[in-house]
This record gives sequence, C-alpha cells and structure tokens, in this order.
Amino acid sequence: MKFMMMMHAPRAGWKDAGIGTWPPADIHAHIAFMVRVNQELAARGELVDAQGLALPEEARVVRAAPASGEPVVTDGPFAEAKEFLAGYLIVDVDSAARAHQIAARVSAAPGKGGVPLNMPIEVRQVMNRPPVDL
Amino acid sequence: MSEADFDAGDAFDSGAEPLLRTLAPQVLGAVIRRFGDFAAAEDAVQEALLAAAMQWPEQGVPEHPRAWLVQVASRRMTDHVRREIARRRREAVAVEARHGDVAPAADRDAATAHDDTLILLFMCAHPALSEHAAIALTLRAVGGLTTAEIASAFLVPESTMAQRISRAKQAIRKSGVPFSLPDDGERAARLGAVLHVLYLIFSEGYVSSAGAMLTRADLACEAIRLTRAVQHMLPQDPEVAGLLALMLLTDARRDARTGEQGELIPLAEQDRSRWNHAAIEEGVALITATLARGAVGPYQLQAAIAALHDEAPRAEDTDWPQILALYGLLEQMTPNPMITLNRAIAAAMVDGPAAGLAMVDPLDTDARLGGHYRLDAVRAHLCEMAGDLETARGHYLAAAGKTASIPERNYLTAKAAAVAERLTGR
Repeated sequence: MKFMMMMHAPRAGWKDAGIGTWPPADIHAHIAFMVRVNQELAARGELVDAQGLALPEEARVVRAAPASGEPVVTDGPFAEAKEFLAGYLIVDVDSAARAHQIAARVSAAPGKGGVPLNMPIEVRQVMNRPPVDL
Repeated sequence: MSEADFDAGDAFDSGAEPLLRTLAPQVLGAVIRRFGDFAAAEDAVQEALLAAAMQWPEQGVPEHPRAWLVQVASRRMTDHVRREIARRRREAVAVEARHGDVAPAADRDAATAHDDTLILLFMCAHPALSEHAAIALTLRAVGGLTTAEIASAFLVPESTMAQRISRAKQAIRKSGVPFSLPDDGERAARLGAVLHVLYLIFSEGYVSSAGAMLTRADLACEAIRLTRAVQHMLPQDPEVAGLLALMLLTDARRDARTGEQGELIPLAEQDRSRWNHAAIEEGVALITATLARGAVGPYQLQAAIAALHDEAPRAEDTDWPQILALYGLLEQMTPNPMITLNRAIAAAMVDGPAAGLAMVDPLDTDARLGGHYRLDAVRAHLCEMAGDLETARGHYLAAAGKTASIPERNYLTAKAAAVAERLTGR
C-alpha cells in the first residue's frame, strides 16, 4: 500500500516565528534527521519518493486563459491558505498502521532547541490498488 | 531503453526467456545445495540468468542449459566467496567454498529439480517474511524476474525493490531455515502460505492489459505460470489444482472486464465473446476433475463459483442458486465477512434484494470489515435492485470515498450519478 505524507507548515510567520528563527545548529539537526529517516526507509525497501518543495515565495498559480488556453501566472499559493506544503514523502508499506508509525516519526522531527515539532502530517493513500471484480 | 528491457526482449525473441524462467529455481536450488548461502546464491543465479539472456540469443542455447547456468552461477559464487574471505578474513566460508570450483554438473534428475523449486517456494513464503517481502522474493528467486522488472510491476524505484529483496534474504538467513522440504506436519500449513503468496501476486496483476497497466498484467501471467509449476509437482493436491483453476477462470475474463479508457465493466455487462474460452475450458476441466476427488477446500469452491459464471452464455443464464449454495459452503469453511457480502449478492439474485440486505445488515458491526468500501458498494447495489435509489446513491458515494482503486472509484461515482439521474428524471 502506498501512502503520501504531506508536511504542512504554517504559512504565516515562517520567517519570523518558524524555521527562520532557529539557530543554525538546530536547522542542521532538523535536516540531518530528515535525511536519516529517508535513509532508514530506503534501507527497509519502503521509500518511493521524498522531496522538499521550494518555499511559498517561489510558488506560482497557473490558470488557462478562457479563450486562448494560454497560461496565466499569478504569484503565490492561494491567498486563503493558512499552511503551505513544505515537502512530501511517498512510502510503500504493508499496512496503514506502518504508515502512521512513519508519519509519527516524521512529525516528531527536532525543531528549535531540539524540541520535537510534533507537526501535523497529512497521510493519504495513493490509489494504486488493482480493482476487484464487481 | 533500459538494460532490463533489452535483456527481457532479446531473450524473449530467441524463445530463451520461458526456458530461463523455468530453470531459474532449479539452478538456484543446485547452487544453494553446493554453497549453502541463500542470499549470495540468489545474486549469483541472477547474474548467470543475465549472462544467458545476453549470450544465448547470439550464440544459441547450450546443449545442457541448466548445467551451463549452474556452472556460471557457481563461478560467480566462487568469486563472491573469495572476495568475502579477503574482506572478512573468515575461514569458515573457505571450508564450504572448497567444492565451488567444480566441473559442470550433469543435468540433475527431474525429481530433484522439482524438489528444489518447491523448497525455494517454501522458503520465499516463510512466515518470517512480510507479504510484501515474500511476494518480491518469490518473483525473483522462483520466478527468475529481475529486480528492475519487479520494481516496475509494483511502481517503486529499483533501489527500493533491491533493498526489499535484500532484507527478505537477510530475514531468511536469520531465521536459520534449512534448505530442505518441511516435514509432513508442517507441510500443509507452509503450502497454504505458498498458495496465498501466489494468489496475492495474481490479484496484484489481475487488471486490464491496456497501456500503463501492462506490467501488472504480466504479474497475473507469472502467478499462473508458477502455480502451474506447483501443480505439475504436486498433481495430487486438490487445493493447488483449485487455485490454478481459479486463476485460469478469473484471468479468462481479463480483456472483457475493462473498457478502452480502463473503466471497469461489471461481470453482468461484459462482452462474453471476449472471454478467453480456451482458459475457461482448461479451468472447468481442472476444477471438475478435482472436485470429483473429494477433499474440497476454499480455492476449489471459489474456482467452482468462477466456473459457474464463466459457463453462463449470458449473465441471465447464471446458475445463482448453485452459486449461493457454494458461497454457503465457503462461508462455513472459512467464515469471513467478504464471503458473506458475496453470498448476499447471490441471495439477492435468487430470493430478491431484501434477502441480500438482511444478510448485509449484521455486518455493520463486524470489526473485521471496519467500514470497508465493499460493504457500502454491495449495499448500494442491493438498494438499487430494491428500487431505493436515494439510499443506493448515498452508499455508492460512500464506497467511492473509501476505495483505494481509481477504476473502482470511477465506476462507483458513475453509478451514483446514474442513480441520481434516474431520481430526478422521475
């Protein structure tokens, strides 16, 4: 069973309150933790993909222009969104319980001063199960 | 074009691939017997298979292909053991390696080769392994597929699949299971695990052969091939025959069960002229002969049900009373809410939707089902049959929200929409 785990970060204040205010050593510790988790998942044969996404300043929203279908590009994620997708992991595991275990581990990634962030991880099943006879 | 494509394609063109697949477990068995190290032997055999896939199409298949592969794998194995000794400076392996550099063995007699294949199947379905790991290892060690092929069938990176296989081999090493057939007491349980793994491989692959799903369809063929091999080795085992019949009778409908866009076509609406009638004939003959011998088991019952569907010229000709009776037997043998759901559909076809719904209602509180989408899907179908369109629509949508299969979700969403249309059209 494949699951996507999405790491959402609060959109407001990442610079003034979030990771932007951590001491460099804490940032390094956080990154090292994520790398370690990915290595562990890879060694267990469970890792499908893991990516971090550029910060929301770089995000663009694209729509097709009504008549021409040409891309219309505007800045930033949707204004109403309170969180942004910081990164994601896709794992292939035996059970949902195992996916939840991985998500909890990622959630407890170290933050400022090494204190676990306990950030919310959205866990969604990837729809790749073959259909059964109906 | 990847290396895997090249190898498989070339070997296939030369007709060598089926031969290589058949020989893979026999060669592996011979190498394990000689060297005793399952994990390293498995790697060595993979290299020998790859070498054969490259060389045979150009140079022709050797006179004794199995001996050729055993020799090449043994050489690799000897190299490996030498490297290991140099690296670890361990003397213990040297004792075992002594016999490594030997002249090519004559082809083993067929009985030993069969035993080796069976032993490998038992090892790969070892209880120490997760289903995940057992499937991957079976496909590689017994099926002779490359890691790249298995990875692409399960849509994971090759490195991930390589790790999964390597961990599975470590687990077998740690479990200390000897390379021998389990004793009679353990044999039935272990054979059950083997059949379960084969069935899982089949289910994973049982989808349309269209487009991107191509590699998965191959898994169904591979499962049938392996089960056929097991049946050839254990012709007297009725459940092995039952499983093979079930696969043949189910796979026979593969082309008809999805439309051009990959959309699901339910059994009742399939174009039966597109069913594989040769497979149906073989499956029906097999299950008929097997049932006649007594010792009925769950795979045989499921095969018998599949046969009844396959033998009906039109959906309305289906022998539902017989199917209902068989599901009743199956439920007694292996009580399971999924079987109850299928029996409820059969009951609705025989005695009307109310009878089916009465069987479904108690399942609401069944923890094993845990709000499974199939409960909603079956209830939606039965409510639609009963003319309760409003309720049917709700259950179709609930089922669509819970399934992890895109073709199923599309089907269920479309059913909900069709029911809604009938509601407003009144």
